[in-house]
This record gives sequence, structure tokens and C-alpha cells, in this order.
Amino acid sequence: MDWVFQPWPWYVSGPLIGLSVPALLLLAGKTLGVSSSFRHLCSIATPNAQLTYLRENLWRKEVWNLVFVLGILIGGWVATQFFGATVGGYLPDHYDTWGGGLLLLVGGMLVGFGARYADGCTSGHAIMGLANLRWPSLVATVSFFAGGLLMTALLGLFI
Amino acid sequence: MLRKKLLTHDQHAILNAKDSLTKSALLQYVSVLVVGIGFGVVLTKSEVISWFRIQRMFRFEEAHVYLVMGSAIVVGAIGLWILKRLQLKSLQGETIKIKEKPFQKGIIFGGLTFGMGWAITGACPGPIYAQLGSGEFLALITFAGAWIGSYLYAYMRPYLPH
Repeated sequence: MDWVFQPWPWYVSGPLIGLSVPALLLLAGKTLGVSSSFRHLCSIATPNAQLTYLRENLWRKEVWNLVFVLGILIGGWVATQFFGATVGGYLPDHYDTWGGGLLLLVGGMLVGFGARYADGCTSGHAIMGLANLRWPSLVATVSFFAGGLLMTALLGLFI
Repeated sequence: MLRKKLLTHDQHAILNAKDSLTKSALLQYVSVLVVGIGFGVVLTKSEVISWFRIQRMFRFEEAHVYLVMGSAIVVGAIGLWILKRLQLKSLQGETIKIKEKPFQKGIIFGGLTFGMGWAITGACPGPIYAQLGSGEFLALITFAGAWIGSYLYAYMRPYLPH
């Protein structure tokens, strides 16, 4: 049982993540996705927003998505409490400064903006979309990695 | 008398239907929550929520995250194939419908932007929530950023190519 408390290898965690695709469809009839939760949070936070994207968002029909991300959050806690995952330490110390924090904020903005513009993130496009053999999701996944490689190269140059 | 009886019978039927509807909705939410918790546990335990792992992925120093994602896609694809093949229905008794995401230019432009943010933060949306739950409080900044970024998209959407 000791292995449970070690980091889980890819051949255990990858298939488990993959199983969430049919599990969500079978148990709830829902398509795996995470980033639309940000759209719903925006709609809820500003119910009188005039922006079409927020006004026309029927978030009341998508409450399951918020329940799902709440589950992910609880899951992070469960992993630390019952499965020996380390508490914190998933981001480097250099983000714990004013400059680093600003970079992290900009990075978060790129993630939120990009995920909504692309209509999906790593879960909705890379896992769900590719598992469903959809070519637009392949284009999305290639773009995710192209952007990531580009930024990694840029950061390597400047930091 | 008879009419009254019929009415109450109808009311009973309606009440029963309502009752089973809420029960099924509750079961649906509980299922979603449980799958979400499992998803969060696995993201955390596989350490794909770690900025260091994502860096090593983008630097091609480690195959771990590639293998996690690759095997997740393969298992997900097999699962979907079985669902479609057996024409299974959801627990709610509905035909399974997968939400489609048609191609538009944002998939490329947004995808590139997203990837750049992913390399900086070491977290895509799922891991942001898992990081928060695992006590990584710096992720609050990423979370706030992603929220602002979503607002920015909502605001700029009419002016962006799609």
C-alpha cells in the first residue's frame, strides 16, 4: 500500500484521468471540461453585465460544471490529507515576490483569456476532444503546445 | 367524490414525478462531485499540477506529463468507443450527447495564448483548482488572473477574429 503515498506513475494516473470522460457521460450525461467554469463565475459575479458573452450564458443550466470544479478543489485537499501529497510547493519560490506575482497574474490572464477564446482547455480539447477524435481539438492541442514551447523559450532567454 | 379521488391521484402522480426528478438531479450532482474529487486527487497525485513538471515537459526533459496525457486520451477514446458502440444511456436515461466544439480561428489564437500562460503558471484550469485545494496559495493569483482573462475575452469578443 506504500505506493499510494508516493507520486502516482503515469500508467496509473493517465488511465484514471481518461476514465473520467466516460464516467461523466454515463453518470451525469456531461462532457468533460473545466475552463467554462470561469465564464460561469464571471456571469454569476456580474449578473447585470451587458457583455453578450456573459449575458447570454445560461449558467443555471451548467451548475454541474461548478460542482465539478469544486470537486477538483476538494480532490486536491483529499490528496494531501489521505494520499500523502505534499501541501503546497507546486509553484516555485520566485513567484512569491511582487515581480513574480505579477508574472503569475499575467500568466493566469493568458490562461483564462486563451481558454475561453479557444473554447476549451487541456481537459475539454486535449483530453475530451482528442478522445472523441475531433480534428479542431487536435489543432487546439498543437496550439497549446506551440504557445507553451514559445513562452518557455522566451522565459529561458529573459530570466 | 370520484372526481376528488381522481384529482388527488393526479396530484400524487405529479408529486411522485417531481420527487424522482429531484432525486435523479441530486444523484447527478453527487456523481459529478465524486468524479471531480477523483479527478482532483489524480491530478495532484500524478503531480501534473506541479509547475516543475510542466517546465520539464516543455523543456523535453521528462516524458511524465506527455505519458499521463497520452494514456488519458487513449483510455478516454476506448471508453467513448464502447459507449457509442453499445449505445449506452446516461444514468438519467438520456441518450449520450457529446458537446461539439466546431473550428474557429480562436482555437489557434486562443490556443497559442493559453499555451503561453500554461508555461508561465505551470497550470491549466483543472490544476488551478487542484493547486488551490492542495494548499498552494500562490495559485490564488493564477486563479484571479484566469478570472480577469475570462472577463477580457468577454469584453474583446466582438473585436476578435473567430
